[in-house]
Amino acid sequence: MQQSIFTVRSNICLAKGVYEMVLGGNGKSVTAPGQFINIKLDGFFLRRPISVCDWSDDSITIIYKVVGKGTEYMAKLEAGAELDVLTGLGNGYDMSKSGETALLIGGGAGVPPLYGLAKRLIAEGKKVKVILGFNTADEVFYEENFKAIGAETYVTTVDGSHGIKGFVTNAFEAAGGYDHTYSCGPEPMLKAVYNASETSGQYSFEERMGCGFGACMGCSCKTKYGNKRICKDGPVLIKEEIIW
Amino acid sequence: MVKTATNLCGIEMSNPVIPASGTFGYGYEFAELYDINCLGTFSFKGTTKDPRFGNPTPRIAECPAGMINAVGLQNPGVEKVISEELPKLAKCFSKPVMANVSGFSVEDYAYTCEKLDKCEQVGWLEVNVSCPNVHGGGMSFGTSPEAAAQVTKAVKAVTTKPVIIKLSPNVTDIVSIAKACEEAGADGISLINTLLGMRIDLKTKKPVIANKMGGFSGSAIFPVAVRMVYQVYEAVNIPIVGMGGVSSAEDVIEMMLAGASAVQVGAANLIDPFVCRDIVNNLPEVMKKYGITDLKEIIGGAH
Ligand SMILES: Cc1cc2nc3c(=O)[nH]c(=O)nc-3n(C[C@H](O)[C@H](O)[C@H](O)COP(=O)(O)OP(=O)(O)OC[C@H]3O[C@@H](n4cnc5c(N)ncnc54)[C@H](O)[C@@H]3O)c2cc1C
Ligand SMILES: Cc1cc2nc3c(=O)[nH]c(=O)nc-3n(C[C@H](O)[C@H](O)[C@H](O)COP(=O)(O)O)c2cc1C
Ligand code: FES
Repeated sequence: MQQSIFTVRSNICLAKGVYEMVLGGNGKSVTAPGQFINIKLDGFFLRRPISVCDWSDDSITIIYKVVGKGTEYMAKLEAGAELDVLTGLGNGYDMSKSGETALLIGGGAGVPPLYGLAKRLIAEGKKVKVILGFNTADEVFYEENFKAIGAETYVTTVDGSHGIKGFVTNAFEAAGGYDHTYSCGPEPMLKAVYNASETSGQYSFEERMGCGFGACMGCSCKTKYGNKRICKDGPVLIKEEIIW
Repeated sequence: MVKTATNLCGIEMSNPVIPASGTFGYGYEFAELYDINCLGTFSFKGTTKDPRFGNPTPRIAECPAGMINAVGLQNPGVEKVISEELPKLAKCFSKPVMANVSGFSVEDYAYTCEKLDKCEQVGWLEVNVSCPNVHGGGMSFGTSPEAAAQVTKAVKAVTTKPVIIKLSPNVTDIVSIAKACEEAGADGISLINTLLGMRIDLKTKKPVIANKMGGFSGSAIFPVAVRMVYQVYEAVNIPIVGMGGVSSAEDVIEMMLAGASAVQVGAANLIDPFVCRDIVNNLPEVMKKYGITDLKEIIGGAH
C-alpha cells in the first residue's frame, strides 16, 4: 500500500451516471488487476474504495457510478484537481490460473477491473471472452474498449435494448468453452455465475469499508478457509472457498 | 529541545501518542508502513477469552465528521493472541504494548487478563467495560459503578501490571463510574469509548449497519471526550488516557490540558494510516508554537 497525491487528468461521462477518471500519479504500487484504490474526498470522513480499471507507471484509470454524495462529488471534479489516494489495496486477480481461455463476467460497476485484467491476459497470449451485463442500453460502457484490445465481447441488457436480452448467464451459451472464470459485480450476479459456471473461478466482492487496508475488521466475511477481510485478503475470493 | 515524554502508571513513554484499540489491529499492518517504535505505545485489538467472528456486515457507516462501527469484537481469542499475534508483533515493536481486553462476564475478564498479564511484552492492561454483561441482563458493565468496580476488583486480584479501566461515555454520570473504579483499585482510567449511534439508509429505509446500532467515533466526538476527561480529572487521582476524535498534535495537547497523561487516536488511523507517526513528528513544533517545553507539565493545565 502507498499513500500519495494524484492529479485528475480527465473525468468524463461514459454512460448514464457512469464516469471514467484518469488520475496522474504513481501507478507503480498497483501490482495486480482487480486491486482497488481508496480515495479521500474533501468533506467526507471515510475514503471511497474504487477498483483499478487500468494503470501505467504514471497513471491509474477508474470508472465509477454515481450512487451517492461521494461519487456525486467525484463527478464534479475537473482536470487539475488533487486527490489523496491509497493505492495497491487488495489481493487482485491471480492471472496464473486463467488456463488458455478465460471467461470474464462483469455486471454494471463491476465491469471496470475486468478491463485491466483482459488487457494483461491478452498480452500474455491468452484467449479472453467477456460478458458485460447492464440493465439497459444507455448504461452500457467500454464495449468498444474490450473489442479494441481483442477480447471476444458479449453484452447483455436486462430489457434487451442492447445485445443479448437477460442476465450475464444468458450469454454463457453464446460464449462457448472456457477454462476459468473471473467475475465482478453485484452479489446476486456473482452467485448466478458461480452456479452457471462449470470451472474454477475468481469472484470479486464488495463490502462497506472502514480502512480498506486490513486494520479495522470492518469488512470481514466467512470463507471455507477461515475468516477473511474483503479489503486485504480479498476482494477476490476463489470459487472453492466461497460461502454464500 | 522540548520534552515530549510522559509517564503512564509508572511506565515512561517517549511521547503520549497511542493508537486506540480496534483501529490498529495487532500492529503489524502498520509496521509495514512505518517504524511503529516511534509511538508511545499502542493498544491492540479488543481480545476476549474465546475467538469471535463478530457481527454480520455491513459493520461500518459514515457520518459527518465520523463513523459508526459495529465490528463486534472480532478477534482470534486470547490463546491465539498470545501464541501467534504477540510473537509476530515482537519482530516489529520493542516497547511495552497495551493489551485491550473485553469480556461478557466478570470471570471472562479475569481469565483473559490473567493470561495477558504473564506476557513480557504487555505493559498495561486496558479493560474495556463497554461490553454487555450476559449474566446481568445484557447491560454494559460500564454503565453501573458497581459492575465496573466488580470487574476492576476481579482483574486486580489476578494481575500484577497496571490496570486501566476503559469507560463507556453512554452513561449519565461518568464521574461516579470512574471513582468506583479508582476505589476498586484501578491504576488508571481510559476514556472515551464510542458513543452509541445509528444511521438509516434513505434508499432501503433500513439501518445501514446489520447490527442496527454501533459505536460512533471520529472528530465529531472530540468535544464530548474533552469534557469527560476534564470532569474525571477533577474527581480521581489516577492517570487518565484521553481519547475520542483526536487527529492532530493540537488535539493531543488539548486532551492533556483537560487532564490526560497520554492520548489515544482511533478512527483517524483508518482514514490516514500515517496519522500517528505524523502527530509524533509534529508534536515538538506545535508545543513550541504554544510555548510548551515539557508535556508532563501541562497535564490538567486547564483546571
Ligand atoms: C473493493 C471495491 C471496489 C469498488 N469498485 C468500484 C468501481 O470500480 N466502480 C464503482 O462505481 N463502484 C465501485 N465500488 C463501490 C463504491 O465504493 C461505492 O459506490 C461508493 O463508495 C459510493 O460512495 P457514495 O458516497 O457515492 O455513496 P453513499 O451511499 O453516500 O456512501 C456512504 C458510505 O457507504 C459506502 N458505500 C456505499 N455503497 C457502497 C458499495 N457498493 N460498496 C462499498 N461501500 C459503499 C461509501 O463508501 C460511504 O462510506 C467498489 C467498492 C469496493 C468495496
Ligand atoms: C473500528 C473500531 C473498532 C474498535 N474496537 C475497539 C475494541 O476492540 N476495544 C475497545 O476498547 N475500543 C474499540 N474501539 C474504540 C476506540 O478504541 C476508541 O475508544 C473510540 O473509537 C474513540 O476514539 P476515536 O474517536 O479516535 O475513534 C473501536 C473503534 C473503532 C472505530
Ligand atoms: S475495511 Fe478495515 S479491515 Fe477491511
